[in-house]
Parts: sequence; C-alpha cells; structure tokens
Amino acid sequence: MITYWPLLGIALVVVGFALRFNPLLVVAVAAIVTGLLGGMPFLKVLATLGHGFNENRFVTLPYIVLPVIGLLERYGLQQRARALISSIRGATTGRLLIVYLVFRQAVSALGLKDVAGHAQMVRPLLAPMALAAAEKQHGELDEDTDEQVKAMSAATDNVGLFFGEDIFLAIASILLIQASLASFGIALTPLQLSLWAIPSAICAFVIHGARLLLFDRRLGRRK
Amino acid sequence: MIGLHWLYVLAGAIFLAFAIGSARDATNPKRWGNAAFWSLLAVSFWFGDLLGDIGNGILVLALVALAGAHLLGRGAGNSTTLQEREGFSQRYGNRLFLPALIIPLTAFAGTLLFSYTPLKGAGWIDPKAVTLVLLGLGVILALATCDLWFRPPAAAPFEEGRRLMDSIGWAAVLPQMLASLGAVFAAAGVGTTIGALASAIIPSGSLFLAVALYALGMVAFTMIMGNAFAAFPVMAAAIGVPILIQQGGGDPAVIGAVGMLAGFCGTLMTPMAANFNIVPAALLELRNQYGVIKMQIATAIPLLIANILILYFAAFR
Repeated sequence: MITYWPLLGIALVVVGFALRFNPLLVVAVAAIVTGLLGGMPFLKVLATLGHGFNENRFVTLPYIVLPVIGLLERYGLQQRARALISSIRGATTGRLLIVYLVFRQAVSALGLKDVAGHAQMVRPLLAPMALAAAEKQHGELDEDTDEQVKAMSAATDNVGLFFGEDIFLAIASILLIQASLASFGIALTPLQLSLWAIPSAICAFVIHGARLLLFDRRLGRRK
Repeated sequence: MIGLHWLYVLAGAIFLAFAIGSARDATNPKRWGNAAFWSLLAVSFWFGDLLGDIGNGILVLALVALAGAHLLGRGAGNSTTLQEREGFSQRYGNRLFLPALIIPLTAFAGTLLFSYTPLKGAGWIDPKAVTLVLLGLGVILALATCDLWFRPPAAAPFEEGRRLMDSIGWAAVLPQMLASLGAVFAAAGVGTTIGALASAIIPSGSLFLAVALYALGMVAFTMIMGNAFAAFPVMAAAIGVPILIQQGGGDPAVIGAVGMLAGFCGTLMTPMAANFNIVPAALLELRNQYGVIKMQIATAIPLLIANILILYFAAFR
C-alpha cells in the first residue's frame, strides 16, 4: 500500500520557495515533515539529514578558491579582464559568450568540469569581459542591461557544463544511468550512453548560440 | 594517498579563517552570526566523521536556525578601492591572468597526468577525487604565487575570500542541504510514490505521448529535487524501462542518456539547483536572485523539445 502523505514535503518545498522563506529553512522543514509523514521517528529523520549532509561535504568544497579569486580582484583582475576585451576589435558580448560556450562544452566533455565555474571563472573573468564588450559597443549600460549581461554569462556556463559533461565516459550521471538500467537487467557500456549525449550537446550549442547572437542584436537596439 | 580527507582539512581551515575574520569585523552588525555559521562549517569539515549522524543532524539544524533567523550579515570590507584597482591593473598588465589560470591549468594538466600516464597507478591521489584534489593543489600554488608577487598583508587572502563568501552567505550550504533532503526523501519513499503516480496516469497506446511524459516527468521531478540524479531512477522505473524499453522496444542507450539530459533542462529552470542558479546570482550581485534562471528558460524549453524529438526518433528507429 502506497501512501501519498510524504508528497506533502514536496508541496512544502514549492510553497516555501514561492513565499520566499529562507530556502535553508524551507528545505529543513520539508525534510523533517516528509520523514515524519513517511513513518520515520524524529531521531531517525535527524540522523538521515545529518548523515546526508556529512556525506555530501564535497559539494561545498569548491569555495576554497575564493581566497585566490578575492586576492586577484584586490589587485585589479576584473579591471584587467575588461581592459583586455576592450582592446580586441570585433569583440561582442554574444561572440565572446559563444567562444566560452564551446570551451566549456569541450572541456567538460573531457571530464574536466571543475576547471571552470561560477566562482573561479564567471565572476572574476567572464562576466567582466562580457560587460566590457557590451559597454565598448553600446556605451554605458543601464542597470537592467548590466544585470542581463551578467545573468547571461552565468547561464552560458551552466548550459556549457550540463550539455558537455555527459559526453565524458566516467561522469557520475553516466554511471548512474548505467547502474539504474542494470538493475532491470539491461547491460550498457558507458560509451554507448555518452555517444547519445552528443546530439543533445549539438542542439544545446545551436539553440543557446543562436540566443547569444540575438542577445547581441537586442543590446544594439537598446540605444 | 591524498584523498578528499585532506581537502576537508584545507577547507575547514579556510572556513575557520573566515569565522575568525567575521568575529573581528566590527563593521558587520551581525558579525557573531557570521562567525558562528562559518565555525560550524569548519567543525563539519574537520570533525564531521566523528560527530555521528545525530550530531551532524544537530549541526545542520544549528546552521538552519542561524540562516532562518536572519543572523548573517555583511561587513563594509576593507579591500582596495576601484581607483587603486585600476592602478594595479595597469601596473601588472595581462600577467595578472597567470595566477588565475594556475588553478584550472593545474586541474587540467594534473587530471590528464593522473588519468592517462603511469602516474595513475602510483597511488598518490585517490582516483575518485583526482580533479578536486588537484583543484586544492592549484589553490595552494596560486595563493603562494600571489603572496610572493603582490606581497599582500598576511590576512588579505582570507579577508578577500571572506568578502566573497559573505556575498554568498547561507546559500553556500544550500546545495549540500538539498543533497541531504534527497536522502530523507529516498528514505521516506517519495520516489516510489512518484513512480506509482506516474505509471498510473500514463495513457496506453501513444508512444509519442509516453516519450513526452517520460521527458516531462524528468523535468518536473528534477525541478523539485534540484538535480536530475534523483529523478532518473524514479522515471526509469516508472516509464522508461517498462513502457519505452520493454513494451515499445526503444533503444535503452538513447532512453537512458537523453532522458537524463531532458532532466538537465529542468535543472536550468529551478531554484532548487542552488549551486548553478542561486549562488551565481549572489556572486554576481544580481538584484533578482532568480535572474540566472530567467535567462535560462528560453534555452531550456526549446532544448527540452529537441530532446523529446531525439528520444522519439533515435530510440525508435
């Protein structure tokens, strides 16, 4: 007999986010409510939560780059990134981000997904460069445009990562697919799976690349 | 062998430095909240394995309480001014990029070295953590380089790091919290329930509709859980394997690989994928914390349609 009560936890997450409560609070409350409704005693829920947190510490690990990035910013890295882009003729925000999209997809496909990222690449280098390219072409940016250029830089990093990493054989998601299907007696090699990540990677490049070119034109019309 | 354990020691030290810096920062009206938050994280990295599951659970509740009661703030910071930075930028020139590139280059060259040469078998680095260990090594090398080159005040790396860390604030641990939420959901049987629901509403007869529901189910469940990993086993068991592969005779490699990628389209559209969507909004100081997601929707939806078409036409050739 399946009970539907634990699904209330999902509803709590959605409502909590919608009402803009602190997300950490929303997640913790949802976890505890779900566990209790699923018939677990409170201490068991607490232990499961604690165990999961401890086992996943590696997720929080990449913040160790912050001292380096902060130090380089102190000595003018963002200003340098802007100066470099301003000196390149023909550089536009869209073209710059397309080059980065290719780079991010290719490097992720080689299994090096932690090489770039929001803390170590987007904030110190990519976003300032994209802003500089936009300013060079269109002059001073208003606040909304500034925000959009930065958001597009972060979005490009995500798209490049998500639709590049699965081409690499030994990535966690490929191994998870293999293991899940194996439990149904379906044997696949990682290579078969990673090959079928390629068509989607190409679609991602075409779709997001086209959007970046349109983004350039929209920035141009703004003036 | 160098494994994750040593990285945790390094990370714990850095968070402890952030905590000490926070406690001494008189310009931050909520400095004790920040100090407590980063100290707890340092404790987690250093002593997490000794605390026991319930101990860790209490630590999690303490972090949540600090964040939920809005006890974290930001100081004025004492970094260089914009004019000073322009001056440094002119003085150091493009060589400023070199230390920034040390981290990715160390990770890149090192991963190649430890994956494709005899060093792989030397047993120096835990094979499960190669890139992360090299990331840590890159950080140390880059810090040493900057220290020798710029001769900054001794506390500067940590103060500058703390400036960025405080701009992220509590959102820094949200991804890790979501992973533990996933663990509780799994233990409470949420996945099984969703699978039962999904297979109950699936119409028989239309293969295309089944493909679309499989992909949309991946997207919806990914958006709720914040990552496609939690969604895949559920949707594979509910629709992918029984209906698409066993009944419909679809190619399992396509159903598996492209199904997961359909889920990634959901990752682009959810605040639950905090490290990809919320943390960068904080890092880039966007006014709208959902700014990155808003920008991604117009890529995610056409890409989802493309994935559904790939699923349908490639799996049932």
